[in-house]
Amino acid sequence: MIVRLSSSIFQFPLALAAAPLAPVGLNHYVLLSALLFALGFFGVLLRRNTLVVYMCLELMLNASTLAAVAFSRFNGTMDGNVFVFFIITVAAAEVAVGLAIIVALFRLRRTVQLEELTALKH
Amino acid sequence: MAEFPFYLFAFLTVVAAAGVVVNRNAVNAAICLLVSFVGMAALFVLLEAYFLAVLQVLVYAGAVAVLFLFIIMLFDVKGGDPRKPYKKIAAGSGLVALALLTTGLLSLAKHGQLVSADPATVPAAGANLKTFGYQLFTTYLLPVEVTGFLLLIAMLGVVVLSKKHLEETEARSQHSGGKV
Repeated sequence: MIVRLSSSIFQFPLALAAAPLAPVGLNHYVLLSALLFALGFFGVLLRRNTLVVYMCLELMLNASTLAAVAFSRFNGTMDGNVFVFFIITVAAAEVAVGLAIIVALFRLRRTVQLEELTALKH
Repeated sequence: MAEFPFYLFAFLTVVAAAGVVVNRNAVNAAICLLVSFVGMAALFVLLEAYFLAVLQVLVYAGAVAVLFLFIIMLFDVKGGDPRKPYKKIAAGSGLVALALLTTGLLSLAKHGQLVSADPATVPAAGANLKTFGYQLFTTYLLPVEVTGFLLLIAMLGVVVLSKKHLEETEARSQHSGGKV
């Protein structure tokens, strides 16, 4: 099992290297979207600056819209596109409110480092 | 559909996204975020969603990234992230998440072969701006209204969030004898 998993891990970059031969399909877009989502997720987990964590959240949201547009394109429907339109609008409102909250927090506590914001812990 | 532009912009987007996660300096992270948004807009063009590509550049690259840069400038935090080791529980959860994500991506790459039709045979519904407007004003009329209301509420919320503190400082400065 472990040997098979490790061999497939070694095959993965090879598959990526061989991928340019294949025509770009829905799979590629969904895989790219998942990869971007994973990157944003790690940023949210590992970064300590509140602003950078928020940027990574935006990255995750953006990755999900890519999947929606790709599904919409390859199914020949309009709904995914309209949905992404609403997602972008809501994201803009969300960023405005979130950054206002972060600014208020900074004014109150004089820091943006997550590890120093432990008011709920004590 | 063209292969080379897809790989070019996918590479650009992923590298810029990794730059957001890796960069210690918040300003560099914001610039990487901007590049990632532009790469995503190019991918939207490749998917023939031209309106969404324009919207992506206008709203995300134009407003969101600039807002981030503006707030970073407002904070004026020097030096970037401190180099401290992660707590054991954070590092452990990161490792578990990495393992789960690797497994997920591998299984998606290997077994999750989605049936995708040849894009030449499928009409690109998002390319037609007229259809877009028609849909927004017929099928999605209620969501449009609700979104407009949401934007209004968000604007009011931001005003309230920013204003409350001003009153507090005024009260505090009056309390301490008018000095700010």
